[in-house]
Amino acid sequence: MFWKMVFGALGRQRGKHIGIALTVALGVSLATAMLGVMFDVGDKVNQELKSYGANLNIVPRGGSMAGDKYEFEEGGKEGLANLIPEAELYKIKMIFWAYNIVDFAPYLEVQVMPAGAQGAPAGLPGRPAQGGHAHTADHPMHAGNGNHAGHGDHAGGIPNGEGALEAPAQGRGAPGGITLIGTWFRKELKLPTGEEVETGMIPLKSWWKLNGEPGDDSDANGVLVGRDVADRLKLSPGDAFPVITPKGERLELKVRGVFSSGGEEDSQVFSPMALAQNAAGLPGMVGRVEASALTTPENELSRRAARNPDSLSQLEKDTWYCTAYISSIAYQIEEALPGVRVKPVMRVAESEGPILEKTQLMMVLLTALTLLSSALAISNLVTANIMERSVEIGLMKALGASNFSVALLILCEMLLVGALGGVLGYLAGLGLARLIGLSVFGEAVVVPGEVLPLSALMVLIVVFAGSIPALRSILRLRPTEVLHGR
Amino acid sequence: MTNLMEIEHVSMIYGPLKALSDISLSIPKGQWLAIMGPSGSGKTTLMNIMGCLDTQSEGELTLDGMVLGKLGPEGLTAIRREAIGLIFQQFHLVGYLTALENVMVAQYYHSMVDESEALEALDRVGLAERADHLPSQLSGGEQQRVCIARALINHPKLILADEPTGNLDEANERMVMDILHKLHQAGSTIVVVTHAPEVAEHADRVIVLEHGRLISDTLTKGNGQGEGNAKAVGKAVDADKPEVEEDPSIQEAAPA
Ligand SMILES: Nc1ncnc2c1ncn2[C@@H]1O[C@H](COP(=O)(O)OP(=O)(O)OP(=O)(O)O)[C@@H](O)[C@H]1O
Ligand SMILES: [Mg+2]
Repeated sequence: MFWKMVFGALGRQRGKHIGIALTVALGVSLATAMLGVMFDVGDKVNQELKSYGANLNIVPRGGSMAGDKYEFEEGGKEGLANLIPEAELYKIKMIFWAYNIVDFAPYLEVQVMPAGAQGAPAGLPGRPAQGGHAHTADHPMHAGNGNHAGHGDHAGGIPNGEGALEAPAQGRGAPGGITLIGTWFRKELKLPTGEEVETGMIPLKSWWKLNGEPGDDSDANGVLVGRDVADRLKLSPGDAFPVITPKGERLELKVRGVFSSGGEEDSQVFSPMALAQNAAGLPGMVGRVEASALTTPENELSRRAARNPDSLSQLEKDTWYCTAYISSIAYQIEEALPGVRVKPVMRVAESEGPILEKTQLMMVLLTALTLLSSALAISNLVTANIMERSVEIGLMKALGASNFSVALLILCEMLLVGALGGVLGYLAGLGLARLIGLSVFGEAVVVPGEVLPLSALMVLIVVFAGSIPALRSILRLRPTEVLHGR
Repeated sequence: MTNLMEIEHVSMIYGPLKALSDISLSIPKGQWLAIMGPSGSGKTTLMNIMGCLDTQSEGELTLDGMVLGKLGPEGLTAIRREAIGLIFQQFHLVGYLTALENVMVAQYYHSMVDESEALEALDRVGLAERADHLPSQLSGGEQQRVCIARALINHPKLILADEPTGNLDEANERMVMDILHKLHQAGSTIVVVTHAPEVAEHADRVIVLEHGRLISDTLTKGNGQGEGNAKAVGKAVDADKPEVEEDPSIQEAAPA
């Protein structure tokens, strides 16, 4: 009987109930889409943020702290210990979180002198002693050995990150001297698994403005020249760019493009890796690697792990290892490449967490507002519906129906209508999330499964909240007011 | 034979208006009572109080020994459910339920639905073959008969009908009155509010209200004609005294 009454009422006021269902659907679809985007937005925003810089700096283990001294003492031969073999780099894409490594690019620096119109490479010997103050003081051998040794040894140096501070000193240390950096512009990397991945500097530095052609890894002498270098030497794409290597060889470089990065790199020149390796006399070696990784925002566990991984219990360690924290990714790269230190560039990594949290908070607020407004709209519709049926409700009360049983009847109706609207809304929300993802991030947002129970909960809340005013008026309704048509 | 309902000094006050003033009345079991009076005299108001749809401002009401004033709203709802059958002038059927289902709604709120019993009730008002029709497919008289079937499905102690024939033509009115007669013969206590003397004349007893006061109370002994009304008009305004005196005689008349 109860269900006969429920379905009878639903059928009778089909139009009104469809209106209510559509309102629920609208609210739930917006909320579902927003929750879906919110859950998925972590990766997406991370991906966006990666364009503001690599967040992992991979350097040789000896190369960062005591490295300088070591290099100078051992000279160019055993300096290999402070390099990373280029052939090993594929292992970065073989770690547990390989798919989270979006891009990486190796670098090898070598100091060259432009062999410009002034004729002879200006002031080869002695000159660097004037500018390289700090270095000269630290390493007495530097001055004696002259230009070649001093800068050649810096093949493993770091132009940005911590090392960035030193770079300007180097660049200007030898007036006219230029830092040539070998890299992968855009390299097809074949993994032992048979997979091919594309990685390199061009995708990593997606925000650089490039004038001319992008670099080509197979190019024998084509280079990308930083804005400042190009200005100083009046170079533009297509120009010949002869330089003298530390070994005294003359290289006929060709300017493929001029880029501006807004950073240190503007006073540097980037070449294919092989070219820099030959110039530095370090075949098959790279000085350091920058990698960009999708990471999970740091939390208490990851911070504890970063401080001391041994302080974790086995379970915590497993959890940490199997979560894409920047520290666990760094740890895994160190496992894969035993000779390296991986340093998270914390400034970028730390800013990602709060930005995400703020974005997600905003999404939650918007979702709440959406739900509130649809609850208000629904309460209007439900109240109007109840007003229209006041005689029927008064009659039921006159026949002895308790407030509770009338309220139950109405709530059941609304829940059924809400369920219909909720299903429609959920499906529409999935589509909407896709659309939002495509238009905002350029790829579809995948709404995770946990949104479904949340959506169901939202339907319940919206329907209950929306029915409250109507239920109150049902409780207040006196049969005598409606039955005698006064 | 005891009184089914005792009304003692009941008043109903709406702001400045006294819709009922100091009404006292006893209704014996099995009596058929008609309430008459001009429009606005308080007939519906009195009916609502008797039917536990409203609570009086002053005075006390007893139904079958229960003091109604002591019951809260839920208690009154329970009384309505258990003891009272209501029939309205405007029929008031649930539009999306069939005749049979409308009768079953009353069963549902009372206790258990019993389709065969509901069908039997429809049969008693001559509508068994229209059980599956929606109210919109029934004539006014048929709808009112469905209402009567619904009112008596739970075997109420008291049947209250407010202008049950007010919206009906003569033929349908006669059919409804026949049904009420059968109920009366079966021992039901019936209170009918009406403007029409030809409806009132079916009753055992006629009371007349005016400006919320009981101005006449006449026993018509089942078939009394116009005399009931004529007597009533002649009655004094302080009618509660004679009414109390008449009660014993009514008790004798009622079982007949
Ligand atoms: N809820 C209310 N609020 C205020 N006044 C009311 C209310 N209900 C009834 N009244 C007033 O009480 C008086 C009696 O009304 P009631 O409906 O009982 O008259 P009635 O005898 O049934 O009239 P009718 O024959 O027209 O149905 C009227 O003056 C009416 O306006
Ligand atoms: Mg009335």
